[in-house]
Amino acid sequence: MSEMLANWLDWSPQLFQGVLVSLQLAGLALLFGLPIGLVLALASSSGNRLVRYFAVVLVEIGRGAPALVVLQMVYYGLPASGMTVSAFTSGVIALALTTGAYTSEILRAGLNAVPHCEIEAGLALGMTRRDILRFVVIPQGILFAIPALMGFAILIFQATALTYTIAIPELLARAYRVGAATYLYLDVLILAGLFYLAITVPFGWLVSYTERRLGSHLG
Amino acid sequence: MIDLLVSLLRGVPATLLVTFGAFAVGAIAAVPLVLMRRSRWLLLSMPARIYIDVVRGIPPIVWLFIIFFGLGSGVIVLSSYQAAILGMGLVSTAYLAEIYRGGFLALSKGQREASTALGMTRLDTLRYILAPQVLRVSVPPMATFLVSLLKDTTVASTIGVRDVMMYASQQAQGGGGSFMPFIFAALLYIALSIPVVVLARAVDERLRSRGQAK
Repeated sequence: MSEMLANWLDWSPQLFQGVLVSLQLAGLALLFGLPIGLVLALASSSGNRLVRYFAVVLVEIGRGAPALVVLQMVYYGLPASGMTVSAFTSGVIALALTTGAYTSEILRAGLNAVPHCEIEAGLALGMTRRDILRFVVIPQGILFAIPALMGFAILIFQATALTYTIAIPELLARAYRVGAATYLYLDVLILAGLFYLAITVPFGWLVSYTERRLGSHLG
Repeated sequence: MIDLLVSLLRGVPATLLVTFGAFAVGAIAAVPLVLMRRSRWLLLSMPARIYIDVVRGIPPIVWLFIIFFGLGSGVIVLSSYQAAILGMGLVSTAYLAEIYRGGFLALSKGQREASTALGMTRLDTLRYILAPQVLRVSVPPMATFLVSLLKDTTVASTIGVRDVMMYASQQAQGGGGSFMPFIFAALLYIALSIPVVVLARAVDERLRSRGQAK
């Protein structure tokens, strides 16, 4: 037991570096994925039927395709089509695409939750459609969607573990490497699990706190 | 083109085996778990809560690694299929227990009160009054979960399960890398999830109509 704890102490700095890589991946995926999600959300409730169908098909394919498939598609596909990208970049691209598809549905629900009378009020005040969208619907819609988006952020952080398969030195990859070197797979993988929990559990509490906070005064 | 599709189709049985195996493990094991979680005794509800949070807080691929490489290095050696079904089953247990719990919360309190008033025992109330209704409201979220489980089983390829994902990456690596095997794989996964969605809707409608036609 004390031997395992000593090992854990030994490995922790390495795994912590991996946590930082995982957090970076998740952060960049959200940074690039959320705007994609917002555009898809607006497009899939567009008045133009062609735009709407196109967006809905994209979203359904993006949500229907497993994240690991998207990841490997980008990683093996981009070089084959003549683009040289690092593993890290392809990881960010793939996770951002997945983020875009999933968050578009979350954001669409948020935008739809904005009461219709507020749009009417904007029209009555003589605001243009564009201004209503910019100043009334989008800010409130995003606010409604925040708890669900935070829940999704946990999922995308967990999904960064998939990038082990394309050799990004994130948490799982580093733990596996330690395991391969020491044959103490169980010990190091449990430690990796604890590192994941150290991020996901407190963040989960934050999500339910936010849910209550926003729920109480948005009704 | 056809060759590619045929080679991916070889992975369908493994994908379905792991998906339905894990779903069955989860659907059954979640029953005692949700009953523990709902218990008034902290000694029962606390462990269930911790189990659910711990299982859901760690990515599925890490669970598979813990079971296959971790336990496999000395404690108990499982085949990659057994490890995949066990690992994904573990994950399913936690998610399905929460779905069942949502079902219990959706029931009106009057159901339990009425059965108490009729002199039914707690076990009978659960068996004949609560459980069937919980199951009914749980069908749609269970189907949604089954579809996401189908996609999550792709991680089983990393521990050597010969599923659709495994054949897709083999094809891509063999062919010097391209988008095609993965586009086909994605379409195949979407196609596999369609029957689940259709079936769930049919089951839901049947249960609903039975509930109303008294």
